[in-house]
Amino acid sequence: MAAINVKVNGVDHKAEVEPRLLLVHFIREVLRLTGTHIGCDTSHCGACTVVLDGRAVKSCTVFAIQADGREVLTVEGLEQDGKLNHLQEGFFQEHGLQCGFCTPGMLMTGYEFLKNNAEPSEDEIRHAISGNLCRCTGYVNIVKAYQYAAQKMREGGAQ
Amino acid sequence: MIPRSFEYSAPGTLDEAVALLQKLGSDAKILSGGQSLIPMMKLRLASPPHIVDINRIPGLDYITEKDGFLRIGALVRESDLERSELVRSRFPILVDTTSVIADPLVRNQATVCGNLAHGDPANDHPATMLALGAIVVAVGPRGERDVPVENFFPALFTTALEADEILREIKIPIPPPSTGGAYLKLERKVGDYATAGVAVQITLNNSGACTAAAGIGLTNVGFTPIKAVKAEAFVKGKQLDQAAVKQASEIAAGESHPVDDIRGPADYKRDLVRVLTARAIVRALERVKGGV
Ligand SMILES: Cc1cc2nc3c(=O)[nH]c(=O)nc-3n(C[C@H](O)[C@H](O)[C@H](O)COP(=O)(O)OP(=O)(O)OC[C@H]3O[C@@H](n4cnc5c(N)ncnc54)[C@H](O)[C@@H]3O)c2cc1C
Ligand code: FES
Ligand code: FES
Repeated sequence: MAAINVKVNGVDHKAEVEPRLLLVHFIREVLRLTGTHIGCDTSHCGACTVVLDGRAVKSCTVFAIQADGREVLTVEGLEQDGKLNHLQEGFFQEHGLQCGFCTPGMLMTGYEFLKNNAEPSEDEIRHAISGNLCRCTGYVNIVKAYQYAAQKMREGGAQ
Repeated sequence: MIPRSFEYSAPGTLDEAVALLQKLGSDAKILSGGQSLIPMMKLRLASPPHIVDINRIPGLDYITEKDGFLRIGALVRESDLERSELVRSRFPILVDTTSVIADPLVRNQATVCGNLAHGDPANDHPATMLALGAIVVAVGPRGERDVPVENFFPALFTTALEADEILREIKIPIPPPSTGGAYLKLERKVGDYATAGVAVQITLNNSGACTAAAGIGLTNVGFTPIKAVKAEAFVKGKQLDQAAVKQASEIAAGESHPVDDIRGPADYKRDLVRVLTARAIVRALERVKGGV
């Protein structure tokens, strides 16, 4: 067992973990933050996406011990003071989800992407979400949700 | 899926990492991006008793130009390569390659050096590095050594690295003026390995003929990444008109050794090598002339 300290959504979490514990299991089973989903468990679907030190990664393909001393943002950390962030609002307004299983991953990928690209083209958005599978929507409304958020971010600053 | 238990170390320096590897021998596996190793451990295709995580070693995430080489450190992620101004302006072939590897999330973790160290003939960087004449810098208990990438892949899933060596850096010779390169890959969907892939790098002399520096590499059409040496020899000194491009691509196809699998029958893949080689040469020629 090894002692780790991971900052998740701004809060430090100390824990004793086995080195083989995956980050997604740490998040879901140790911290009980179940917004981060497990879809394929084989590094393909992106349902488990979280932001690790500013970069969107598949948390089923990272060991929790690798996150020791680092910062993780999960879908639970997007809302601020009871207010959805622009991308969450975009998914709501543009009907960017049906079953919602892929949504947390889509939101975390978008969180990193929109920070680095304030005026994305449709092609750039589709490229950005190419590691996140959605079995329901056909992606059209997800692209619209990203465009909605990008627009809001340009008008109203960060979030 | 849960990997077998293992001991974990995260050394803070290269020297410490090398000492650990020397002590542990074949019990240890290096963890860099983890995007091949961790999936294999979850499937229990790999169960190393000891993981040596090199991600905590500072100073290995550089992309620089020095002493005639572009140098890519062991902890450069695919997404770093994709975003690097130096790479975008001078090595569009590397941008071609990295942007068709896996997906943006995997590329945020996966390292360029790990892509070679994994020794998978389905990986995309090996063909490109063969075309570019890259050199792998390995560091181990006996010091540092350079391995030309053409000697780096002796057999399936095998590299020239010893168990106690770390791939510290990839060195790519800075190409002379009038050079262009391109990497083309056919994949069934994003994140899939290549049905086939072809990397081409060419330099033209003053009269517009191809110089001796030509490089052609093939992805996933053999047990190892393939350097298409006959096609390279053919283009040397030639004006690459339509007929020459056609002939070169047929020669390259003849150098591939694909097998039938879920991505298609061998004949189809061989023909794909022909088509992709011709297109990659044309794209490389456009880039010699300043195209994108
Ligand atoms: C969904 C998915 C799709 C993918 N698609 C593609 C694709 O289309 N094309 C492609 O090329 N790749 C693809 N990959 C593989 C990906 O690029 C891997 O990241 C890469 O093969 C290995 O790099 P890594 O840094 O992740 O290495 P790791 O997984 O950490 O290590 C891989 C192996 O190399 C060894 N190793 C790693 N770094 C070093 C080093 N510096 N020195 C010595 N040994 C080292 C390790 O011990 C291990 O044996 C895909 C991966 C996934 C999960
Ligand atoms: S659960 Fe991690 S990529 Fe599918
Ligand atoms: S909304 Fe169902 S998978 Fe995307």
